[in-house]
Amino acid sequence: MPAQTLYDKLWNNHLVKQRDDGSALLYIDRHLLHEVTSPQAFEGLRLAARKPWRIDANLATPDHNVPTTNRAAGVSGIDDLVSKLQVTTLDDNCSDFGIMEFRMTDRRQGIVHVVGPEQGATLPGMTIVCGDSHTATHGAFASLAHGIGTSEVEHVLATQCLVAKKMKNMLVRVEGELGFGVTAKDVVLAVIGKIGTAGGNGHAIEFAGSAIRHLSMEGRMTICNMAIEAGARVGLVGCDEKTIAYVEGRPYSPKGDDWVKAVAAWQDLVSDADAQFDTVVELDAADIKPQVSWGTSPEMVVAVDASVPDPAQESDAVKRSGYQRALVYMGLEANQPITSIKLDRVFIGSCTNSRIEDLRAAAAVAKGRQVSPSIKQAMVVPGSGLVKEQAENEGLDVIFKAAGFEWRDPGCSMCLAMNPDRLQSGEHCASTSNRNFEGRQGNGGRTHLVSPAMAAAAAIAGHFVDVREMLKQEVSA
Amino acid sequence: MKPFTQHTGLVAPLDRANVDTDQIIPKQFLKSIKRTGFGQNLFDEWRYLDEGQPGQDASNRPLNTEFVLNQPRYKGASVLLARRNFGCGSSREHAPWALEEYGFRAILAPSFADIFYNNSFKNGLLPIVLSEEDLDELFAQAEAEEGYQLTVDLEAQTVLRPDGKSYGFDIDGFRKHCLLNGLDDIGLTLQDADAIRSFEVGHKQNNPWLFGAIK
Ligand code: SF4
Repeated sequence: MPAQTLYDKLWNNHLVKQRDDGSALLYIDRHLLHEVTSPQAFEGLRLAARKPWRIDANLATPDHNVPTTNRAAGVSGIDDLVSKLQVTTLDDNCSDFGIMEFRMTDRRQGIVHVVGPEQGATLPGMTIVCGDSHTATHGAFASLAHGIGTSEVEHVLATQCLVAKKMKNMLVRVEGELGFGVTAKDVVLAVIGKIGTAGGNGHAIEFAGSAIRHLSMEGRMTICNMAIEAGARVGLVGCDEKTIAYVEGRPYSPKGDDWVKAVAAWQDLVSDADAQFDTVVELDAADIKPQVSWGTSPEMVVAVDASVPDPAQESDAVKRSGYQRALVYMGLEANQPITSIKLDRVFIGSCTNSRIEDLRAAAAVAKGRQVSPSIKQAMVVPGSGLVKEQAENEGLDVIFKAAGFEWRDPGCSMCLAMNPDRLQSGEHCASTSNRNFEGRQGNGGRTHLVSPAMAAAAAIAGHFVDVREMLKQEVSA
Repeated sequence: MKPFTQHTGLVAPLDRANVDTDQIIPKQFLKSIKRTGFGQNLFDEWRYLDEGQPGQDASNRPLNTEFVLNQPRYKGASVLLARRNFGCGSSREHAPWALEEYGFRAILAPSFADIFYNNSFKNGLLPIVLSEEDLDELFAQAEAEEGYQLTVDLEAQTVLRPDGKSYGFDIDGFRKHCLLNGLDDIGLTLQDADAIRSFEVGHKQNNPWLFGAIK
């Protein structure tokens, strides 16, 4: 057999049927659901009098609309009636069809992409889909995971398959050691800055190289999460002992004999040494500095010690006009140092950076410091109820609160502002989320994407600072 | 699904790259549990001067007259010219729902984001990839000539200009077939139910841990 990439293997292991016209039927092992993209799919099933093909493949949780305060009140704590209806519709659909759901008052509830891995519902070698583009996150477990639209949600419910077309293979190799204060988030932002938001279109991106192998599973999830911001539906990291150690003992992980067999099977979940990729991109880990996005697309990103680019220096006309428009929207000047950007709010959370390791990194910066009085709000939103519990067991909540951060209940929150957490028009926000699109965090809001440590440092300073400097002062003090 | 065979319509130019799905349909409208009602909120933040709310009647809202679709000459447009990476961002199918309900049947761009591209076909909306140069020509023509129309022929895979020049485009066979005939994907897939079942048996034998109820 010719050498295969990890993506090729995952594809072949799930291929039900290759059709003559180039499309294929791919079997889906795990289907995650949330309240925003599923109601019309369930309605479609009902209208066509169809039943879900395999109930046990599905797992649901509400995340986008849930408020991050007063969680004990459950659904009745949602003031916005339209949001409330969407959450109760998910509850009703899951009870009607017998689908497992972690409801708002369940301690396992959280952002669907945090919940899956945490529960062991995300396993190496699986195909995983969800009506949400950040499903790419789960690829950190050497599983083929990507977002789908609502029609496909209905299709997967009804047939356990997806009509798919094979993507191309891209390898992003990051070799070397990451510098002090440089995190997975900075790596993926640097990758997007390099290849652009359309760079990965039509590809599955495998992230490899020593810098990726050295990352924790949390870090790998952060990187795969943002593959979609590089244009790729799929991000992947090969399976290794860290993957297996993370999965072991989770509620839905295999047990006993099954565990032994599974671990043996998972050894194969890496690209063959001589596998061919259609595109290869290489980065040197040592070159990557903490990143800050300045514009309205994730590719508009620079190192914290750089300045806002000057559109006049950009030769591509489409890009130039995009830069000009972004500067106006963001209220920034060309050539302005990134560290001169003043902030109004800080958001630490989202499926990119709301896991325990992210909260630890932010808390390490917040510890013993104070949020700047010029910051209107700095909030920390754990990715799930279990992350929240663990953080509290470690005393991170106390550190955050003492520093002046708000400590909230789990959900998507200000990542996309479907719940009450949002920016006012014109406000600048240092955010650990994944999208800085116009209006994403609230109409007229201005988002800057950064790592958790950089967000915490910005909260303390009131403007962007190089977190490496802040932490070094501490070491030398 | 509405079949798509041939369509002639007024062309509107949207001269921006990386138009994301948050722009096409902002998140507050995603709270709806229905499949309809999104057309009035297409490009909401660009189209209106105030902040739109779900369920609100948009007919009395203040319009941003600068925005291209609000110019009287583009009223009733059904063919959209766009720039690279159109539809990037989230997987929300509300984006093609909004475009389709507004009245668009075809979008011409140098590239599309993968999920958006895929979602469009499920909703009778045809995304067509043309080269940057071809689009530059079309943008120039559509902006120069009021009432500019194009004819999209899916069967022939061509876009025809009023002056007779035409551009060919690629599309994969399965998607073309479904769109031409307005076919429901699920029905087609269920014709292969036996193949799915037999795959499932082998898959379960090899990977028993992938099956079984979550408790
Ligand atoms: S945290 Fe943000 S990006 Fe992630 S699933 Fe929620 S809304 Fe989407």
